[in-house]
Amino acid sequence: MNPIDLLLEPLAYDFFVRALVASALVGVACAVVGSFVVLKGMSFIGDAVSHAAFPGIVIAYMLGLPIILGGAVAAIGTALGIGALTRRSGLRADSIIGVLFAGMFALGVALFSSIPNYVGDLFHFLFGDVLGISLSDMIALSALVVALLLVIRALWKELLFATFDPLGAGAAGLPVRRLDDLLLILIAVTIVISLQAVGIVLVVAMITTPAATAQMLVKRFGQMILVAALIGVTAAVAGLYLSYALDLASGAAIVLFETALFLVVLLFTSLRGRRAA
Amino acid sequence: MNERVAPSVIEGRTPFSRSEGRAVTISSVSAGYGDRAAISDITLDLARGSLTAIFGPNGGGKSTLLKCIAGLMKPWSGTIEVLGAAVGVHAARVAYVPQAEQVDWSFPIAVDEVVAMGRTPRIGPLGRAGAADRAAVAEALERVDMAGLADRQIGELSGGQRRRVFIARAIAADAEIYLLDEPVTGVDPVTQEKIMNILDAEAARGKTVVATTHDLACAAQRFHDVVALSERVVAHGPAQLVLDREVLEKTYGGHLVPLADGGVVLLDDPHHSHGSHEGHE
Repeated sequence: MNPIDLLLEPLAYDFFVRALVASALVGVACAVVGSFVVLKGMSFIGDAVSHAAFPGIVIAYMLGLPIILGGAVAAIGTALGIGALTRRSGLRADSIIGVLFAGMFALGVALFSSIPNYVGDLFHFLFGDVLGISLSDMIALSALVVALLLVIRALWKELLFATFDPLGAGAAGLPVRRLDDLLLILIAVTIVISLQAVGIVLVVAMITTPAATAQMLVKRFGQMILVAALIGVTAAVAGLYLSYALDLASGAAIVLFETALFLVVLLFTSLRGRRAA
Repeated sequence: MNERVAPSVIEGRTPFSRSEGRAVTISSVSAGYGDRAAISDITLDLARGSLTAIFGPNGGGKSTLLKCIAGLMKPWSGTIEVLGAAVGVHAARVAYVPQAEQVDWSFPIAVDEVVAMGRTPRIGPLGRAGAADRAAVAEALERVDMAGLADRQIGELSGGQRRRVFIARAIAADAEIYLLDEPVTGVDPVTQEKIMNILDAEAARGKTVVATTHDLACAAQRFHDVVALSERVVAHGPAQLVLDREVLEKTYGGHLVPLADGGVVLLDDPHHSHGSHEGHE
């Protein structure tokens, strides 16, 4: 089979096209939000929030509500809880994150284990199943990604100022605390819409890796977001084809592609740096 | 009680009336962290167009006072007025320049992007930078003599250039009040001279410039006024009128060593005496 056929063949399947669109959108959303996350040093919060979505998903399932809604409520609640407790408790942020991260996930596991005769697949929550995405889920996901990108487009200057120099931004009258909370909400929403594609365990990579890779390549923040988004889309498409061709789990294939790209760029930039030095 | 009242009229300078000429009015302000006070009962007026250095020992409350004026810290008690209104009302006309060590210099951001941040409060949310904003950024870079470096990532700059970027941001913001935390710490004398020339020019065109510093020589020689701060205001006024042995002793306490000829010498703060100077430009 020639390479063109290899690329075209899976496009004959509706489920593959839906997965392709969904993964690419998720790739962009994660990379854009991830650029702020990486520069604020908040990757660990991303991991915590994704695990914290689990009990919300289980509760929504038990009550017969939309799963994405349950996940969103739990994720946003935990994200804002981390922000509020960090300000008030006097404990270090990573301690609070560690406590809430494991505590919420344990609640999810406990609730999950209490469901009698549950036939759904835990594996899909944990590791994603983008090839199983329905048309209506894909439309909802697209709408959420567009909304997310519009919010960031509207408040881009403010978010950048508050991320780069919170003191200067605060003195200039920007509502730094509310912008921080907004960023936490954006992280939570991004994670929830990404769960179907890559699952709870791997979503942090979709957020962190493209942005961290881009940071090594650029000198301007505007470029960083564009490059990160490009990496996010490329990895989503490449990962999905890999998953199809080699019969691998789709989320893992996407994340492995991103990780490989990160390592290549790391090697390339450190070699270049050594030559210049 | 241990406060000295500064002469309000200085030879060769226009006196300001108490109500009109003040950029910042601080009345009986105390503030701190946890239950430890950093500044106590501060009463201070800063005139429009003044160039004021706040100096004193580590932990003497310099940064705390600056943060209270900037609205970044809430005083425990007392009131602060900025440009005739409560702190925060005119925030868009206040620019804060953080200490160099508080900035992430590896942040992937270019010089013109940092300066453009100064325009953010003016443009407002949803808006995008227009021709006037780009012109303001270009002019600000011109003023600090960095027009050719607009595209550089900030980590590629020398120590002096790094500080000038943030001063350019204040200029681009068209702020009335510049609050700078340690703008000349850790730079060599030539760089320091360059920064002070810029700040001097800003004050000359009516901007109110307030800087904290550890460098007593720079404070005394290059600023119009000094504030000696050691939790309380020990003295405020032109250095040549208010700086004397008594003021320095009250400000620095044990860090002063008396000399045989009757003078005193100030031992540098241990925190800063070993700091290596950043690259010469």
